[in-house]
Amino acid sequence: MSPASVFVCLSLTLLSDYPVIRVKPDNSGVVTDGVKHSMNPFCEIAVEEAVKLKEKKFIKEVVAVSCGPTQVTETIRTALAMGCDRGIHVEVSGKDYEAMGPLQIAKIFAALAKKEEASLVILGKQAIDDDCNQTGQMTAALLDWPQGTFASEVTIDGEKVKVVREIDGGLETIKISMPAVLTADLRLNTPRYATLPNIMKAKKKKIANMKPADLGVDMVSRVEVLRVDEPPTRLAGVKVETVDDLVAKLKANGTI
Amino acid sequence: MAALFKARKALGLCGCRSLSSLAGLPEMHQMMRQTCRDYADRELAPIAGKLDKEHLFPAQQVRELGAMGVMAVEVPEALGGAGMDYLAYSLAVEEISRGCGSTGCVVSVNNSLYIGPILKFGTPEQKDQWITPFTTGEKVGCFALSEPGNGSDAGAASTLARQEGGEWVLNGTKAWISNCWDASATVVFATTDKSLKHKGISAFLVPMPHPGLSLGKKEDKLGIRANSTANLILEDCRIPLGNMLGPRGSGFKIAMQTLDGGRIGIASQALGIAQAALDCAVDYAHKRTAFGAPIGKLQAVQFKLADMAVAVESARLLTWKAAMLKDAKKPFTKEAAMAKLSASEAATFCGHQSIQVLGGMGYVTDMPAERHYRDARITEIYEGTSEIQRLVIAGQLLKEYVP
Repeated sequence: MSPASVFVCLSLTLLSDYPVIRVKPDNSGVVTDGVKHSMNPFCEIAVEEAVKLKEKKFIKEVVAVSCGPTQVTETIRTALAMGCDRGIHVEVSGKDYEAMGPLQIAKIFAALAKKEEASLVILGKQAIDDDCNQTGQMTAALLDWPQGTFASEVTIDGEKVKVVREIDGGLETIKISMPAVLTADLRLNTPRYATLPNIMKAKKKKIANMKPADLGVDMVSRVEVLRVDEPPTRLAGVKVETVDDLVAKLKANGTI
Repeated sequence: MAALFKARKALGLCGCRSLSSLAGLPEMHQMMRQTCRDYADRELAPIAGKLDKEHLFPAQQVRELGAMGVMAVEVPEALGGAGMDYLAYSLAVEEISRGCGSTGCVVSVNNSLYIGPILKFGTPEQKDQWITPFTTGEKVGCFALSEPGNGSDAGAASTLARQEGGEWVLNGTKAWISNCWDASATVVFATTDKSLKHKGISAFLVPMPHPGLSLGKKEDKLGIRANSTANLILEDCRIPLGNMLGPRGSGFKIAMQTLDGGRIGIASQALGIAQAALDCAVDYAHKRTAFGAPIGKLQAVQFKLADMAVAVESARLLTWKAAMLKDAKKPFTKEAAMAKLSASEAATFCGHQSIQVLGGMGYVTDMPAERHYRDARITEIYEGTSEIQRLVIAGQLLKEYVP
């Protein structure tokens, strides 16, 4: 039985090379109004992998999913232009969106994956704005599915998926049964540019709309952000003449 | 008022304070612009300096752009193109030129000057043979109108074409032909009936290479150096009768109509170069400190940046308007000329001021400012000099005001 549909779950993040990200005056978070957002780079890699698997005929359909305000449909459209077949936009806005964290997102993705009978859920390993690296793992746990995280190579072998994972010690190869959750790491592939004809075709592809309540997901956050601060300004260093001086200074500092 | 809102909505101009932000354009155009911008930032900008220094034609990038559909934006999908409109084409050329001015020229010449006339005046067989292979980036075309003896004076074409047996025989020299050393075909304009003057010029399709067609030495240019420019020499060049494009004697009309559209392409190229120069200057103004603060705090610099931004933005609006008029199949000759005139002058202005903001750093090849300055200069010359543009605009204006 070849896997029917693959869900690629996308995240909309603050653009990484935007010149200045500022902390809000009340230290409750980072200023997002008017800051350019785009698809999370690891999610682009996830989309590319899913589309590649479809081109190799391992899977029949790729569905791009994302949670958030209306802005998020642009991200889904980009995924459609890269080759996904259809999209699902789970609308979360206002206070719910500000409080939305990996757990709520994972609950939504898990509910959708179950509802649509997905065989594979592929996500980026982490979002570059919050660096949580939790959504994929939580989704797998909620679904009680095996997970292949930090994937740098994915091969489908019958009913199983062989995943080469990037770990601190090197590369680890595992084989997991489907349905499964995978998270994409940097070296998995190089995402394609959306071609102009595909952008035109994306216009006709469907994006379904729904709310978390439709999936029976409660969006209440168990996490309260107390404070967001800028990293401390780098202080000037001190130059020393000899290694002995260095050791003496470090000792005086209490560092050693 | 209701009609005005409807019109604004149709033009996608509702709700945007600055059309330079992506918020003003329809979604498809925004996506297309973003993909071209990403490509230019990641694949073109890093190599543009090298392409310029070594006069290298970006063959691989042209193939990649072809795969994306950028080499044939307006061509219908059935013929292998992207099937988008002229506004999308203008956006694509601007973004590509922002990365590399020479590559922008290759894209513009292929789309507007080579494919353009064949799309409009070609027979279905000609379209299949001369357009489809040129949509993928594997092959590019060129446009041969200017001659050593006449540039602006296009009606005085001295290249001759005579019918001999079942063939046309072309003789003459064409000058300043962009892309020619890398092209696989050309649209050539030659006189078929000298007595009819400019109504005796016809257009022909010639494959390259071809017996009787040779290329002069590559010109050593000030800018857009990755793009080849040379003479095209025709010596008893024989082509089948079926290679005539459009009716006999319609060559001048074809050339003028092609250049109308080409002007929007060159305006877009100029916009890209101008924007790149502006971006370079603003970035430097943030980073360079003098008199105890970033130079962006100095009014002298701020005034320059403001003038540059106004020049680019107003030229961009003119260019978009010309493109939208063309897409709506309305007359756009005047607007296209205005677009090309303002955009090319904006490009040279921004190139100049960008070097000024960078000071000494602007004069050396370590920074791209000097390349933008050099690339910008040609936009005021080719596809109709600024002087010709002014004549076109005045001509149209005078026609509109019947006393």
